[in-house]
Amino acid sequence: MAQSNSPTRVVVVGGGLAGLASTMKLTELGAQVDLISLTPVKRSHSVCAQGGINSCNDATRQLGDDEWKHLDDTVYGGDFLNHQPPVKEMAFWAPKVIELMDRLGVPFNRTGEGFIDRRRFGGTLYKRTAFAGATTGQQLLYALDEQVRRQEVEGNVNKHEFWDFLGPIQDETGRCRGVVAQDMVSMEIRAFPADAVVVATGGCGLIYGRSTMSVFCTGSAASRCFQNGAKYANAEFIQVHPTAIPGADKLRLMSESARGEGGRVWVPRTPQDPRGPRDIPEADRYYFLEERYPEYGNLVPRDIATREIFDICVNEGLSVEDDRMCVYLDLTHIPRHELDRKLGGILEIYEKFQGVDPRDEPMKIFPAVHYSMGGLWADYVKSDEGGLEAGAPRNHMTSIDGLYAIGECDYHYHGANRLGANSLLSCIFTGLFTGSSIMNYSASQESGASDVPQSLLDSAVKTQQDRHDHLLHGNVGSEENPYLIHQELGDLMTRVATVVRRNDQLEEAIQKVDELHERAMKVSLADTGSWTNQNVIFAKSLQDMFPLAKALLKGALQRDECRGAHYKPDFKKPSLTSDDPVERRRQAEAWCDAFEANNEKYLKSTVATWNASTNQADLAYEDVDTSLIPPRPRLYGLVGAEEIEQVWNERAAEKAAQSQSGPGLVGTN
Amino acid sequence: MIALEPSTKKRPEFINVRVRRQDAPGKAPYWELHKIKYEPEMNVISVLQRIAAQSTNRDGKKVTPVAWDCGCLEEVCGSCTMVINGRVRQSCSALVDRLLADNADEIVLEPMSKFPVVRDLIVDRARLFQGLERVKAWVPVDSYFNMGPGERILRDDQERNYPLSQCMSCGCCVEACPQYNKIELTQKSGETNEEFEAREKEAYSEAFVGPHAISQAMLFNNHPTGKVLAGERLDALEGPGGLASCGNAQNCVAVCPKEIPLTTSIARAGRATTLHAIKTWFEK
Repeated sequence: MAQSNSPTRVVVVGGGLAGLASTMKLTELGAQVDLISLTPVKRSHSVCAQGGINSCNDATRQLGDDEWKHLDDTVYGGDFLNHQPPVKEMAFWAPKVIELMDRLGVPFNRTGEGFIDRRRFGGTLYKRTAFAGATTGQQLLYALDEQVRRQEVEGNVNKHEFWDFLGPIQDETGRCRGVVAQDMVSMEIRAFPADAVVVATGGCGLIYGRSTMSVFCTGSAASRCFQNGAKYANAEFIQVHPTAIPGADKLRLMSESARGEGGRVWVPRTPQDPRGPRDIPEADRYYFLEERYPEYGNLVPRDIATREIFDICVNEGLSVEDDRMCVYLDLTHIPRHELDRKLGGILEIYEKFQGVDPRDEPMKIFPAVHYSMGGLWADYVKSDEGGLEAGAPRNHMTSIDGLYAIGECDYHYHGANRLGANSLLSCIFTGLFTGSSIMNYSASQESGASDVPQSLLDSAVKTQQDRHDHLLHGNVGSEENPYLIHQELGDLMTRVATVVRRNDQLEEAIQKVDELHERAMKVSLADTGSWTNQNVIFAKSLQDMFPLAKALLKGALQRDECRGAHYKPDFKKPSLTSDDPVERRRQAEAWCDAFEANNEKYLKSTVATWNASTNQADLAYEDVDTSLIPPRPRLYGLVGAEEIEQVWNERAAEKAAQSQSGPGLVGTN
Repeated sequence: MIALEPSTKKRPEFINVRVRRQDAPGKAPYWELHKIKYEPEMNVISVLQRIAAQSTNRDGKKVTPVAWDCGCLEEVCGSCTMVINGRVRQSCSALVDRLLADNADEIVLEPMSKFPVVRDLIVDRARLFQGLERVKAWVPVDSYFNMGPGERILRDDQERNYPLSQCMSCGCCVEACPQYNKIELTQKSGETNEEFEAREKEAYSEAFVGPHAISQAMLFNNHPTGKVLAGERLDALEGPGGLASCGNAQNCVAVCPKEIPLTTSIARAGRATTLHAIKTWFEK
């Protein structure tokens, strides 16, 4: 037990859904929380999430759904790259999360009778998704923000908004004892001692320059933990959302809910048909997702939709415009009042930024970098039921003792490609679930926030002050501009490391990124002042993008397969070609053999460690816990899928029979 | 909104941008002129990004980049409010083509005038959030444990509350409000940051709370559990800086980027406080 009588002090870095849920739960359990955020927490990027939040519910249960199926859809959607215990725990908690958020006042859309309404999302056949118009993230975030404000008034939370997290403070044993952060207004650098630290800082989309993420999502906080010894997993898995509105300053998301509510994706069958979309008759329209994937149609999982849109534009040359790639996302067949009630928020975005009313005219959309599947490596303790052991201190602890990672910036729950409407769930779930783990960890330590040696705090502050001062005055004569380097990095990453990946391009990019990294370390700043210097804050975050970018590119290069969002044409598995039943069967067998061999090699999490002496990421691989649901091929739309599935099922049945008839307790792991 | 007129396709080569700058609180503001290359589909954020990247003014003289606040760039986070060509709005949704159609010569950017300037276009909007504390804008649940579902809510109620809960605390409504006046204190020598913040809070808590906060009070008073605090919220609105300070200018609702029915909320709050006052009087 903790020696002192002072309450547990936790620093939470990041005020999005995960950080706020964590703060709120920790205060309920008696902790004092210092909440550090780049922006007023109400403005965190979670506010942009649109579509909804998943849970199996009373209605879907009566259609045969249950938590296990939610788990299955999640790991299947994630192409089996999830450790399954955390996902199981999340799926089983999901109904409770929705109920809590409902109690907190989230204005979920209602059925006529007053129940929470649900919609369908990609990758599932059930209406599992609760939503509040098309601004679900905003509504969930506000409910948590309000609770945290309430706790703040009660004296349990100190918010430090407009503060930049600069790094964890570690003692001689490596344990995290607090953080160093910088006031972005006064530029003061200060230490915050703590019993435990939670990092909940979201994704790293800004490595790609333009993405659907907010300007806060640089990944620099995760990178600062990475550079201090925390491991980073599955960096190469970046979700590219199929439907976004291309823009000069950013790519704006057009939620999957637009398709969930009946939106149809199509292109004219004639390349660059000069007619307006409404003048093109049905016969001349190519609804390519519906034709290629009859069962899921426009609601195929995101990686498939993204790849198909690329295919239509790049390989088939059917982009709607000739100088820019885009396809139509059409809602015009849905009644206006229905659209306003369920999708108003996102349609307004299109209207405001494109000047066209999507209720009258199909939207022009294209894929955009959207979500980081990878993130800080985080531990967990598996329970006897195959989920997580509630309250176990190691749940969501990074490889730095006492430093926790939750939400989008940890690597669990999403596998190779996130199931839509699961991200809000994973953020709130991890925030709530880890509360007791963090409290138990703190209680088991002999020393805490109150007895961190002053010398440790001082030297941590000094290290950061030196970095800061060097950036302001150290690179005399250099002409390197951080904003221009960022543009170069973003363009490069977008070109080589989004949907389609080629090893020659990745190798070239790795060299180029090395050069950019060196240049970024020598930037010269136009502003050397000591008041609200955004220039130096940006320069730091730019420099810290490189370790993650390097882990990402190397991870992508070494993974010679197609999995989830990650697609390498050179390692694509062929369709079945023969019409002869015997030969076709043989091909299906060979396909399954190849699939198993590939899994043997690549069904692993990439775990990166930062090597400061070489300035590179070193990669290792860890086995994925697939103990609950054995991996099976994702076969959407592949020619011969039925035969492959049949062979696969026969093999699985055989394996199951063997393990049952085997002696005693044979693990199926 | 309608698609851009074909005439706007005749576009300039360069754009002049006039920015009202201020180096720090208490410093004198000054105007600076920038010239940037026109690109299609620009908004004010991309204009500011170009200014930051080139960091020279119109005369080619090196200047510090203009500081501004932004976040999602999708008009949802509420960060990037400023006064553009004299009108308060979000800068991400301020499209350059439209601004040039109204004023072809230049784009004028100023910080909001109702909040203390931190630097250039960044202002300190802490008072907005403190307004939410004043009206206890939250649902006072017992706990965050699993206690089953909330009360059933009829669609009409959801549809009445949903627009109110889209308020992103951006500050447009208070910038346009003639009754919401700037409060700017300076830190005294020897005063700690905490003491200064406490003094600021006290000053804020007597001034007009603002339309956004009144609307939030109505939002939570219409929630089955939130209404437990209805009396306290109405007490706050009856007190100094509450409803009585509203001059009913109706500017707030005209500038709200989310089209929140703020004046409807204010009217509802007016009726509710009257009833509350009568009820309290009878209970005395």
